[in-house]
Amino acid sequence: MIEISSVSRSYGAFKALDNASLSITKGEFFSLLGPSGCGKTTLLRMIAGFDTPTSGTISVDGQPMDGIPANRRPTNMVFQSYAIFPHLNVAQNVAYGLKRLRLPSAEEKRRVEEALAQVSLSGLDARGATELSGGQRQRVALARALVMRPKVLLLDEPLSALDKKLREQMQVELRRLQQAVGITFVLVTHDQYEALGMSDRIAVMFGGRIAQVAAPKEIYQRPVNRQVADFLGGMNFVKAEIVEENAASITVDTTGFGRVRTDKPQAFVRNGKAATLGIRPERLRVLWDDATSPHEVSGKVVDRHYFGEITHLIVEVPGLEKPLSVSETNNFGADDIPVGAPIRLAYDPDALVAMAD
Amino acid sequence: MTAARRLLTNWLPLYAALYIAFLYLPILLLPVFSFNTSAVPKFPLTGLTLKWYESLPHTPALLDAAWNSLVVGFAAAVVSTLLGICAARALTRYRFPGQRAASSLIMAPLVLPEIIVAVSLLLVLLQLGLSLSLFTVVLGHVLICIPYSVTVLTSGFEGFDRSLEEASTDLGETAFGTFRRVTLPMVAPAIISSLLVSFTISLDDFIMAFFLSGTDTTLPVYIWGQLRFAAKLPSVLALGSLLLVGSFVLLTFAEIMRRRAERRTRNTGGAFV
Amino acid sequence: MTVAAEGSPPLRAKRAAAGSLLQSEQAQGMALISPTLLYALVLLAVPVLVVIAHSFWTQDYLTIDRTFTLENYRLALTEPIYRDLLMRSLYISLTVSFFTVVLAYPIAYFISFHGGSRKSLWLFLITIPFWTSYLLRVMSWKVILGYGGVLNSGLMGLGIIDEPSTAFLYNTTAVILTLTHAWAAFTILPIFVSLEKVDRTLLEAATDLGDGPVRRFLRITLPLSMPGVIAALLIVMIPTVGDYVTPRLVGGKDGVMIANAIQAQFGKAANWPLGAALSVTTMAIVTAMAGVTVFILRWAARRAR
Repeated sequence: MIEISSVSRSYGAFKALDNASLSITKGEFFSLLGPSGCGKTTLLRMIAGFDTPTSGTISVDGQPMDGIPANRRPTNMVFQSYAIFPHLNVAQNVAYGLKRLRLPSAEEKRRVEEALAQVSLSGLDARGATELSGGQRQRVALARALVMRPKVLLLDEPLSALDKKLREQMQVELRRLQQAVGITFVLVTHDQYEALGMSDRIAVMFGGRIAQVAAPKEIYQRPVNRQVADFLGGMNFVKAEIVEENAASITVDTTGFGRVRTDKPQAFVRNGKAATLGIRPERLRVLWDDATSPHEVSGKVVDRHYFGEITHLIVEVPGLEKPLSVSETNNFGADDIPVGAPIRLAYDPDALVAMAD
Repeated sequence: MTAARRLLTNWLPLYAALYIAFLYLPILLLPVFSFNTSAVPKFPLTGLTLKWYESLPHTPALLDAAWNSLVVGFAAAVVSTLLGICAARALTRYRFPGQRAASSLIMAPLVLPEIIVAVSLLLVLLQLGLSLSLFTVVLGHVLICIPYSVTVLTSGFEGFDRSLEEASTDLGETAFGTFRRVTLPMVAPAIISSLLVSFTISLDDFIMAFFLSGTDTTLPVYIWGQLRFAAKLPSVLALGSLLLVGSFVLLTFAEIMRRRAERRTRNTGGAFV
Repeated sequence: MTVAAEGSPPLRAKRAAAGSLLQSEQAQGMALISPTLLYALVLLAVPVLVVIAHSFWTQDYLTIDRTFTLENYRLALTEPIYRDLLMRSLYISLTVSFFTVVLAYPIAYFISFHGGSRKSLWLFLITIPFWTSYLLRVMSWKVILGYGGVLNSGLMGLGIIDEPSTAFLYNTTAVILTLTHAWAAFTILPIFVSLEKVDRTLLEAATDLGDGPVRRFLRITLPLSMPGVIAALLIVMIPTVGDYVTPRLVGGKDGVMIANAIQAQFGKAANWPLGAALSVTTMAIVTAMAGVTVFILRWAARRAR
């Protein structure tokens, strides 16, 4: 649906986007995830036609977009500020783009009502734009774009202006809406939970480059490097040395976890013999009493942080330069483990991932 | 500390009231004496009359001057607002080399002694062989109105969320259509406000009209001529009172428009209620 | 934007397209401002330059002798009348700007800190008199201060004086009073704007660190609002130097200012070059005076901290 081939964008000496290539398939919910300034918004605005690539091509639905102005592209956008026209009411806002199509007024009305129903705003047609709450503004922005029946809907940080509760609710709704209309969604966000929770696939970007493109689970569990791993959530990093590498797997030696063979992440590029072994804090489990596991490490609790449903234990393991962070649910009393107590941790070798440094 | 603070907060409103009185009382004397039967403006008042107002419509020179003022004010308001729209839009929407210098030159009449601006203009117009007329007055008035137009319009254009125009483009509208359907309705109050402010300035201006008008004059120049005759003072006071009311009405309207413009642009953006 | 794409290799074409996009943004801005800029250039910058040129020429009856001379400046700077008029104009404008700012500051402070939700109403109230005809405002002072005027009749009515005094009108003080009234509103706005920008938590921080209201005002509020004060001073000082109406109406013989002399040279006396030289001298001196004022205030504000 969208082909982005070696697209770069520089502003003077600054490279906002550096040779990015991507292909987004039809009907996909695709997220561009990264910290601010990583180039994700630049890329989105280039798809919309508000910015032009310095080099490279973007095509939508097989058609190259070079030289096609924003108002003639089969894409529509939900702006970060929503950009609701303040001098128009809800129905007029939604009908804004339809006016150009010169539809019969009954047809126009029907489509506006249909779009408002899709975003659960039926009955608010006559409400003034300045009398809307944040969540309602967002829905109007969505309806206004969807009513145009675009091939691609672009969403620029659509949830960032909402408070936490509303944001979580809208995540579910956006996902439901996308499945209902079947339009390709491209979402820009800096919030990893948003991306993980809604997307079919995610592209993680840093400093104008695309670091990894994968499904949420893959990107969370098999990050291609430490930067991606870190951005997606907490992870324990253990120094490792590569002893064997083949097409499908990597074998590394570590202190603490011994010799480990893991699946090779896509686009793995080794950097000499040194590598990093990672494991997410929630993939380490506390071994209670005399329970054993074929894969375990032992150490001593040096700190404990209570977070309600979970507790973070900081565990010093002999031979590791940094203590491990363990996230354990409080079902079994992890919040009662005293600081200084000896502790044994079990892990699943599949949860270990070898990364380039 | 609280005692000192109380003193400070109590002292200020009193001072503010006195200050307002200082600003308004001298001006309010004009209408007061315009209703007084005595031709000499002094207390105590001798009696209530409308005779000074009644004489106004029977003074052809005055009517001519008033008409001239209206024409000049209208022309100056339209031209300075048009030029102001260009400048304000360029200054708020674009970044280009020489922007600061350009805006300083455009705003310069605000901080130049008006007489010097008038005299320079006079010199050039005479050198060019242009005869002085209401047209030359308009030229001068536009020059001194532009800074005010630009200020009013800039405050209307600023905070105008660019994504509104982008959203319009995104929804298929052309550049012209976007201007007509989004930009113009949003800034219309600022434009009206600029028109009213420029009109008021032109209506009240004396110096430019004094130097640049030919045989046809505007109201302030007419008033200036009348001031030499003590006997004419009451009619001048009556005329002045009418102008005062006129200015006040226009400006109140301009202020309402400006606020509406501000509210419109402020309510876009990411700030929610 | 698409013009650049023909024929050339795609990559280079794209770069050119992006470059022209950036340039066209600039070009659009410049094109948009050009009518207004052109107007200001032709009707303000050029005329000022013409005046400067004239100031180096001489009036030869009805024609202008275009040989370079400094004679006009010699006259403007040494001739006692002009020197006195210049000095008086400067004195008046300095005094007026000082008084307007000192009187306006508390009002701006009051509106900014205690105006609450009625800030814009206050500002509107204060700016209204400014918008009414300047001529009429000056005239009302003539009515107040005149021999048979409000002040005299009022004072006589109260029995404070027995016969009308001529001391009120037709002198420098009358000019200063009238101008102070006329420009009052103009100074409030810039001061108000700069006070609005003062972060209120700074004041809380100063209080937290032990400053009382007075010290806090002197150490935080005043220095931070200094840009507004400077702007207010300049916005009054520069135009009042060249005021024409006030000295003519309420100044009498002792209140004549440089603008009256300039007008005379362009009017009855018909000596344009001398009028031009007086104008240029006025502008130069007022600019220098403004510069010195700004410098002194900045220096004082730095010292106050």
